[in-house]
Amino acid sequence: MAYFSQQLINAITLGAIYGLIAIGYTMVYGIIGMINFAHGEVFMIGAFISLIGFMICSFLGIGSAPVAILLVLLLAMAFSAVYGWAIERTAYRPLRGSFRLAPLISAIGVSIALQNYVQLVQGARPKPGGQIVSGGFSLFSADGFDVRVSWLQIIIVVVTVVLMAGFTWLIARTSLGRQQRACEQDMKMAALLGVNVDRTISLTFVLGAALAAVAGMLFLMYYGVIDFFIGFLAGIKAFTAAVLGGIGSLPGAMLGGLLIGLIEVFWAGYFSSEYKDVAVFAILVLVLIFRPTGLLGKPEIEKV
Amino acid sequence: MRVRLPSILKDAALTAFVAAALGIFIVGFRTVDVGSRTGLSFDYQLADLAVAVGAIFVGRIGLSLAAAGLRWPVVALGAAMMAVGASPLQLPSGFLHWFVALGGVMLVIRGIWPWARGTLAAAASTPSGVLLGQAGAKWFGWLLLAAAVLLPFTPAADQKTMDLAVLILTYVMLGWGLNIVVGLAGLLDLGYVAFYAVGAYAYALLSTQHGLGFWTVLPLAGMMAALFGIVLGFPVLRLRGDYLAIVTLGFGEIIRLVLLNWVDFTNGPAGIGSIPGPTLFGAVFAETAPAGKRTVSEMLGITFDGNHRLIFLYYIILMLALITNLFTQRMRRLPVGRAWEALREDETACRALGINPTNTKLTAFAIGAMFAGFAGSFFAAKQRFISPESFAFIESAIILAIVVLGGMGSQIGVVLAAVLLIGLPEWFRDLGNYRMLAFGLAMVLIMVFRPRGLIADREPSVRLHPAGSGAGP
Repeated sequence: MAYFSQQLINAITLGAIYGLIAIGYTMVYGIIGMINFAHGEVFMIGAFISLIGFMICSFLGIGSAPVAILLVLLLAMAFSAVYGWAIERTAYRPLRGSFRLAPLISAIGVSIALQNYVQLVQGARPKPGGQIVSGGFSLFSADGFDVRVSWLQIIIVVVTVVLMAGFTWLIARTSLGRQQRACEQDMKMAALLGVNVDRTISLTFVLGAALAAVAGMLFLMYYGVIDFFIGFLAGIKAFTAAVLGGIGSLPGAMLGGLLIGLIEVFWAGYFSSEYKDVAVFAILVLVLIFRPTGLLGKPEIEKV
Repeated sequence: MRVRLPSILKDAALTAFVAAALGIFIVGFRTVDVGSRTGLSFDYQLADLAVAVGAIFVGRIGLSLAAAGLRWPVVALGAAMMAVGASPLQLPSGFLHWFVALGGVMLVIRGIWPWARGTLAAAASTPSGVLLGQAGAKWFGWLLLAAAVLLPFTPAADQKTMDLAVLILTYVMLGWGLNIVVGLAGLLDLGYVAFYAVGAYAYALLSTQHGLGFWTVLPLAGMMAALFGIVLGFPVLRLRGDYLAIVTLGFGEIIRLVLLNWVDFTNGPAGIGSIPGPTLFGAVFAETAPAGKRTVSEMLGITFDGNHRLIFLYYIILMLALITNLFTQRMRRLPVGRAWEALREDETACRALGINPTNTKLTAFAIGAMFAGFAGSFFAAKQRFISPESFAFIESAIILAIVVLGGMGSQIGVVLAAVLLIGLPEWFRDLGNYRMLAFGLAMVLIMVFRPRGLIADREPSVRLHPAGSGAGP
């Protein structure tokens, strides 16, 4: 029981991170129907910007952890958002209206290029991030096993919940969200009614990238080590989360992220940690075969 | 078109600003490892960033001028950038020389592009140009083949060249195999390397543990890979294009992870070593034969030369690649091949016409997998050592890039792309670390400027009515 609770706590933390990345996939897919393969790389870049941000903070003598985290959070969101914008502008927008697989291939190219760019300028070795937040408290003790919650885990879950609530509000209540949803339903009609479609799509990428950057920062704080390759695996897992929850659906992405976190942590905890990634990929395959619309997705009707 | 300088400058400033924002953290501050585990410090590379942003500013001005129809100012600007890049001027890092110079080259090309294209098109439309083009298309493949067959007899065939030629041909074969799946049937397969791995491990395990020879295992490996293709493909081929891409990526990773972690069976990350090479009528390529075997030099009565093995491998892969090509060319004319092409163009219409999309896709998938299996067992026999590391996602991406760059569906295009993507980086070792960066950028640029690839070949292989006869709809 105690072991189970501990795993559950760890799983929710991990699921929160996946959920944040998954939102970027799901929104982009919802609006232009492409898999943004480079999204995982934006997450990786967010983690690197956070790492450098924390180092600059300590260099400038900002000792208080909350201030540093808030500063780095804003920094990472802002500068990763520029990456999201630039990727869309240069690699995807010229391909709108080209054949179906063109944007996906272009996205794979962006992904390879970004990975190697970071490897070249920052080096291939894993980068230790140091410990920004330490400590925690014991929740309860049972069977001689201490169930612990670290402050870091609380921060991760709180940041995620706040951001997701804010984001849901943004999509549901603001005019930007309305435009975004309008484009998702019918881009041509939205354009006829005066919605600036290009701008809306750009904003979708910017928002997705900002959330991925937050995930990158949380990942850095949680694991303490990052390298240029973290985006690949995290990206695929988050994509799996988006598919599992129903691609195109925001609550689906959050739910999917949580489920993937649960599957991964429990598989590693109870079966074998070597095969935890295989379990996640197997889920991806199974979901696509048996329920391609995901848990909360709407069926896609193909019109001829 | 009138040149509006203020708006051009504004554009360039904006681009430079975005570039600076992109680079300020990732390029501007470089993390430096300090001895201890948690030690990390950084140094500044702001000068590098400034030069790069400056180059981007100038480049953007050049592009705007080119868009306005100015030719010579753009070429001059590009030439100036090339000169700066090539000058002994002390830029903060060697990479920046390349960066600035390549920017200049691209600007020059962009500047003369409209003119060059016009001239080329004009030359190609003259009677002799048309004739030359037709003859070129007809004979180019044969010329290439003759060159490939004769290569080992030329003085250029030292060990380095032959190694590279074998490598390129392996990728040509893989490209041709994947071309069936991607180029003809239009199924984006991001896990192609999984079948390559199946073939390689099939040969490695059967030869080291059961003593089977290369020629016995080769068909088995192909069959095994095809079987994998059917088993993996059957459930997922109902999926739409990009979903299929991700699922195949997932499968590719699953196979790699299983190879990595199933240590009892595959020896895990340590890989499998001392795999026997292929034999020629039972004779081995070695200085001294193992007990009960004889060497090729004994059999043929020639003196032993280490290069013989390489030349033999070269001809094997050449033959395998040609079989792949021939097979594809014939398949394209069969009903199933025509169904692949039709399916690529419009799945719904195919369904309406009574083509079973799942079965048709499955044949393409399985046949593509089979050729990857052949190539895989050749790879194992050539390397004599394999480990899961050789079958990472990036390999799938490279093979896909070859197919896409070559022009999906074009056989000659795949050869050109393989030479370009595999051969050039090997020759220009200077490029070293920048190779994959350039590779990724090239993929994006090709998609943006030439989404159909170098040689686009989407004409149906068989037509009901000859093109241009007017009999069609």
